[in-house]
Order: sequence, then structure tokens, then C-alpha cells
Amino acid sequence: MSDLLEVKNLCVDFNTPEGVVRAVNDISFTVPQGKTIGLVGESGSGKSVTALAVMGLIPNPPGFISGGEILFEGTDLVKSQEDYMRKVRGNDIAMIFQEPMTSLNPVFRVGDQIAEVLILHMGMTKKQAWDRAVDLINQVGIPDPSRSALKYPHEMSGGQKQRIMIAMAIACEPKLLICDEPTTALDVTIQQQVLELMFDLQDKYKMGMLFITHDLGVIADIADDVVVMYRSNLVEQNTCENIFTGAKHPYTKGLLSCRPALDRNPERLLTVSDFMEEDGSEIVVDDEKTIKVDKVYNVDEEKNPYLLEVNNLSVHFPIKGGIFGRTVDHFKAVDDVSFKLRKGMTLGLVGESGCGKTTLGRALLRLLEPTSGQVIYDGIDITALDKKELKGMRSRVQIIFQDPYSSLNPRMTVGEILLEPMKLHSIGKDKIERIEKAKWLMEKVGLKADQLARYPHEFSGGQRQRICIARALAVNPEFIVCDESVSALDVSVQAQVLNLLLDLQEEFGLTYIFISHDLSVVNFISDEVAVMNAGQFVELDQANNIYLKPKEDYTKRLLAAIPKGIPKSLIEGQA
Amino acid sequence: MNGNLNYIIRRLIYLIPVLLGVCFLIFILFNVVAPDPVNMMLGKHPTADQIIEVREQLGLNKSLPAQYLDIVKSAFTFDFGRSWATKQQISTMFMNGAIPSLTLTIPAFFIATFSSIIFAVIVAYFRGKGVDLFIRVTCIAMMSISSLVYILVFQYFLAYKWGLFEISGYEYGFPNFLYYVSLPILIWVVLSLGPDIRFYRTLILDEIYQDYVRTAKAKGLSERTIMFKHVLRNAMIPIVTYTVVQLPFLLLGSLLLESFFSIPGLGDMTISALNASDFPVLKAMSIVSAVAYIIFTLIQDIVYTVVDPRIKLQ
Repeated sequence: MSDLLEVKNLCVDFNTPEGVVRAVNDISFTVPQGKTIGLVGESGSGKSVTALAVMGLIPNPPGFISGGEILFEGTDLVKSQEDYMRKVRGNDIAMIFQEPMTSLNPVFRVGDQIAEVLILHMGMTKKQAWDRAVDLINQVGIPDPSRSALKYPHEMSGGQKQRIMIAMAIACEPKLLICDEPTTALDVTIQQQVLELMFDLQDKYKMGMLFITHDLGVIADIADDVVVMYRSNLVEQNTCENIFTGAKHPYTKGLLSCRPALDRNPERLLTVSDFMEEDGSEIVVDDEKTIKVDKVYNVDEEKNPYLLEVNNLSVHFPIKGGIFGRTVDHFKAVDDVSFKLRKGMTLGLVGESGCGKTTLGRALLRLLEPTSGQVIYDGIDITALDKKELKGMRSRVQIIFQDPYSSLNPRMTVGEILLEPMKLHSIGKDKIERIEKAKWLMEKVGLKADQLARYPHEFSGGQRQRICIARALAVNPEFIVCDESVSALDVSVQAQVLNLLLDLQEEFGLTYIFISHDLSVVNFISDEVAVMNAGQFVELDQANNIYLKPKEDYTKRLLAAIPKGIPKSLIEGQA
Repeated sequence: MNGNLNYIIRRLIYLIPVLLGVCFLIFILFNVVAPDPVNMMLGKHPTADQIIEVREQLGLNKSLPAQYLDIVKSAFTFDFGRSWATKQQISTMFMNGAIPSLTLTIPAFFIATFSSIIFAVIVAYFRGKGVDLFIRVTCIAMMSISSLVYILVFQYFLAYKWGLFEISGYEYGFPNFLYYVSLPILIWVVLSLGPDIRFYRTLILDEIYQDYVRTAKAKGLSERTIMFKHVLRNAMIPIVTYTVVQLPFLLLGSLLLESFFSIPGLGDMTISALNASDFPVLKAMSIVSAVAYIIFTLIQDIVYTVVDPRIKLQ
């Protein structure tokens, strides 16, 4: 097979106030026709910049290609004029982006957005383009295509929007499809469907594919070859099979082991730092370190009394209608949920987007008013508390949110962020004592005490989530709701934060409710798992039982959708 | 769509209590707190008979609730009686004042908004380049000069020295009015360009870094199509917010321009009524502007649903 795309010694630089920063350093790889190349690396490793370079879309200024060649069917795209690139983009090379929510223009109908490419590159009339768009919408598996084409992006679900993006990308039957984290923002079941769709289409149109992700689990299912990037450099390149069976670079090894697996249940996750020093040199890993101790489900009546009891909790949102906006119906976000949780244990809540898990988490803390039911925490009925009593309760129960980028006030220093809740709940005698505690907290969550004067934007995503954890811990809580707390993080960083949460649980005897759509993460951190669907608990059991012996069909379906993290060729080999 | 219609009906119904409230405020202001108008009207030494007669004419001998009802009645029938100063029907005065005002403000508003948007798109297209810098600096310079300077300089050179426009005054009927309103319109546009271009430029630049723009580029669309089709359509949402709130003021006319150019518009009428303590005209003006404000905010909401399909009125 001939090489469709050949990237040779590509270098991309960015001008910053601190000088020129190299985002991509001398990387070379090829994408043969009809094959899939996985490009793996964490945020900021330069993988998206590489993809944008191929598209000729590096934001300039400040970025520019400072060296190397990008040969597409023999033509060097780096030297090509913008006019030529415009003909290539969307026509020969198409791209799918990470965020289906924001990547579509909100004010145009999806059918028009697809038709636009066809009119531009294929010279179709409006009518022809529209008909073809409807046909494409049908191909990507959206029901009722002629009506769906008339919809606006906000009227579709995340998975459907990503299907529209795919339809747009394949509209002109491109030779090369670049996918930048196309499924990261989606639920597992939707992820599986979207991946399957993409590979059916690849097969049909014989496209070469460059698939970018931070998640090796996804790569295993789909890629022929894998390219691993770390800090702007290419560190390893091999066939998918070889990467999974015999990774050579310590970073790749770390990446492979930091994703929680379903069939193993270790007490801690190995992270990249277990394999590699800060300077990049390898740590020799002995067997001691890699032992996979199975966590045991161990309940001690003395140590783990029931802390939280939820009885028939419901949260209904009114649906308004009529001229005066009377309530005509209710949307049952949480519907008659009951469970008990022991002190020092973790309950995992899993389910797809919109199943009510976040609403349940917030109703437990009365950040949302429950419609009916009781939440009894340590003998106190939280649902019956008045404002003042609730304030006292607030220091005992805390929540850590999903997005560490937007849940910290950008105009407050980390010190102020940590001191504020302490002052509110009168923790510590005076400011000096509170600052001492803030320093201690910073060290507890693995940051430096002298970073208190810094602002959130000076920290990475993982570090910010540590700050959020420190803020939650500042008021000495007993119980923490973690709402998708690691979902926005790279797998490698996610592993570190999960380990931190477990360490803190052991040290302070914390009780967690851990909400996530990622079943493998929930499996790793939880003692018990509740599977939620349409506002109700489908199944509630010990984590091991849920994962190894699921009873309900819904649970089985969710589990089946998780990427196995094992290349297909290897699975077939075993069978 | 059904939801939208329900919303509009509901908002129109809400007009009634709002109007009653406005009437109540006006009643308190003019009939309870304000000094007795009779003394103002009859000068220093009126006879007792004169006072009684005038009070009866004005309806001030009625009880307070009855006076309130009179105001409410006028609000709903738009019959405001006669002016104390000119003795004319107020509704006629309104009609006569509204025409000069609107022939000035409506074209001025649309020309100013349209040209600012065009300039803003051009400036955003050339962001960071020389054209961008030049227009932005010019905007600042234009904003730094007092509006009075524009009026006087334009009136002196364009109208007096070069005779391109009429210096002042107004004539009813098309196309005669154009000779009189062109210069004030020009001044209005020049005054709004500075702040508007800068503001719209910021709104457009906010959109340029959105993900959907990257998608549009990846489709192979040209920069011009992206700016005028994709970006501008989205930037229209905040632009509509900013412009529609100005609409009610169009009806009130431009006080400054009307008085400098001796245009007999509503602004001019209001100022005369204030000077003459012409209460009925002022009351009528307050009621009309309250109704206009409510109706224009409703129009704003409806325009929103047109520019932004995500918005549903409920």
C-alpha cells in the first residue's frame, strides 16, 4: 500500500511572551491508505498541533511550522498556498473534533452545515446538496434523516452531534480522515457506537485515518499502528500489537498501566511516575511494585457503621406550559431512590448522561431541593434542616465538581480559595492558623506550600483538581461527593488523582459517593456500585459482583461497551 | 412555536398591571406630590371664582381616586385631553411631533447600526493588522471629541459655508424633510460609529475563537464566508441585545439634535412642556414611553428567537 500521508521531521513552534516554545519537535510518521494510525499522548504533548499542522490550521500568529515536510499524495502541504489548502481541506482531508457540543455552528440547521461542504467542493446545487446531506445523515445512523436534517445542533444529543460531524467529514469522501479525540466527550455506549460507525465508513470509503487520543484503551480497538508522543517528541512508534505486548519506552508503559482495568482490582494504580523520572530516565520497575493486590470488600460493623441512609428520594423538575406557564407535567430526574452507605466506604454511581446521577448527588447535599423522600446523615434528616442548621451540615459534607477549569474563581489566589471556606465555617482561631492549615492541605494533596500565592491559571488541570480536593478538605468533611471529578483529566493524571483520593480516604476515614460515566474508574475506586438509568437504580451491589456477575441487561450492555484495551488481533489470537 | 405564541399573549396581558402601576406613579408624582398647578396657571393674584373654575376644568375638584381613574382612562384610550400651554389636543401634538422625530431617528439608527457592523467585520477580519489599528485609533479620536463640536463644526461648514444642507428647521412631507434631517442624521451616525465599531469588533472577536469557526475552516471555507456567514450570524445575538434596547428612545427623539436644529419633534415638545409645567403633556409622555418600552422589549424577545434558534420563549 502506498503512503497517503507522510510527515517528515515536522517541527511546530509557538511565539509566546517567554520566547519561542516548541510544540512539536522533529516527528515523522506515515499514514498508509486504508489504515488507521493512533496518535497517543497527554494534553499538551503536541498531538492536536500535529493534526492541525496537517490541515494547515495552526493558529498563526502565534504558531508556525518551523521545519519538516507534510507530504499528502506526494505534495508538500507546508509549502502549499492557502488557496490550494482550501481545496484540500474538507475535500481530500477532513477532520473531526473533540467537542461535538461546540464544534457545530449553533445557528444553522445541521443539514445546511453538511450541504455547505458539498456545495463548496462538489459543485452541487442547493437541492442536490440537501438530498445528499439527508442521505449522509441516514448513513451515520441518525433516525428519521429528512426531519433530523432540519434540526439545529442544540436539538440533538452529544452522540448525534458527533455523528453529524462525521457525516460532514465524510461528505466529500476524503482520502484522509483526522479524528481528534472524537469520542472523549461521549458516554461509553455512545463511544462504542460512534467508533463502530467510523470504522464501517473507513472500510467503505478506504480512508486513511489518523486517530488522536489520550486513551490507549480506545486505540487498542482500532489502530493498526501507534505513535506515542510525550512532551512534543515522538517517543515510540510500533504496530498496535507490539505496543500492547512489549512497550519499550517507560512513558508508554506508564500509560498502559494507569488505566483501571475491569478484570483486575488493584489497591493503587500505577502512574507514569512509577516508570519514569521527571527528567525522562527510566525507573526499573521491580515485581514488588507491580503486584496487583486484589482489594477486598471488608465491612467492619465497628469501623464502618451506616453513615448515610436515603429513603425514597425523588427530584422532579416541572415542565411548564400554557399561557401562564402552569406546571403541566414533571420530569423525573431522580425517581424513588433508596440506599444506605457505610462510613469510610465508597459508593460508585454510574450511568449514561441524563440518567440522574448528578441530580442525585446534588440533592443529597441539598444543593437541589428534593421533591420528596429523606436523606438521613448520621441520624440527622438533611431534608428537614432549616437554613442555619444546613450551614453547619455544609462543613461535614462537601462536593468536588467535574471541571477543574471553571470551578475555581480565576481572580482568587489558591490561598484565598482555601481560606474562604475555613473562615465561613470558623475553622482555625485566626488567619495565621488558617494559613498554616492551608499549607498543610497543599502538601497533603501533593502540591507545594509556597504555591498559595498563585492563581488557578498557573496550574495544570490535574493540579487544579488537587486544589479543588484541598478546598473540599479544608473544612474537615466526613463525606465527599465526587461528581465526575476525574472525567476531564487525562488518563495518566486521572490515575494520580484517583490514588490521591484513596490515600486521603484511608488517612481521614472519608466516605465518598463517586459519580462517573466511566465504569472502569468507578470499579477501581468503589466498594459498592449503583447503576442508574432513567432516575432509578437498576442494580446496587458490591463492585466486584456488578462487574463480574452483572444481573441486569442494562448493566451488561454498559460493561460490554467499555474498550477492552487489548488489540483485536490479540483477542482473536486467544480465541 | 406554540410556546412562543403563549409567551407573547402572556406578555401582552402583563401590560395591564404594568400600565396600572405606571399610572399610579404618575398620579403620585403629578396629583399628590407636585405643587398645585392652579397657582402656576393663574399667576400671583387669582380670584376665588377663577380658582374654582379652573379646578373644575382640570378635574382637580374630584376625589383623589377619581383623579387616578382619569389617568388610567387616558392611558387605555390614549385620549390625554388638551395641553395647558397650547390648548391643543395632546394626541394631535403627538402625531405632529412624532413625524419629525421618527424621520430623524429611524434612518439615523439604521444607518449607524448597519455601517458600524460592516466596519466592525472588516476590522475583525484584519485583526492585528494596520487597517485594524488605524480604524481603532480613529474611533478613539472620534469618541474623544465632544458631540457639541461635531454639531457646531458640521453646521458651520457643511450647512452655512458650503450650503450642502439646510442649517435648521423642518418641513413636513416627502422629500422636503430630507433637506432638513440629513445633517442631523449624519451627525448621529458619526457620533455612534466610534463606540459601536469598537463594541461590535469585540463581540465578533469573541466568536472568532469558537470551535465552530475551526470546523468551518476545516471544511475549506474561505475566510470571507466564515466571517460574513458563520461568525456574523452568531455575533448578531449580542448585537441585537445591544441595539434593541435603544429602540424606545427613538420615539422620544433626540433632545440635543432637535433643539440645535430647531426640529419640532417629541424631544422638543417634551422640553417645552417641562419649561411650561405642562402637566398633561408630561403625563402623556410618561405613559407613552412606558408602553413603548414594554412593547419594544417584547419585540426584542421575538427578534431573539429569530437570530438564535436555541431560544424558546416560555
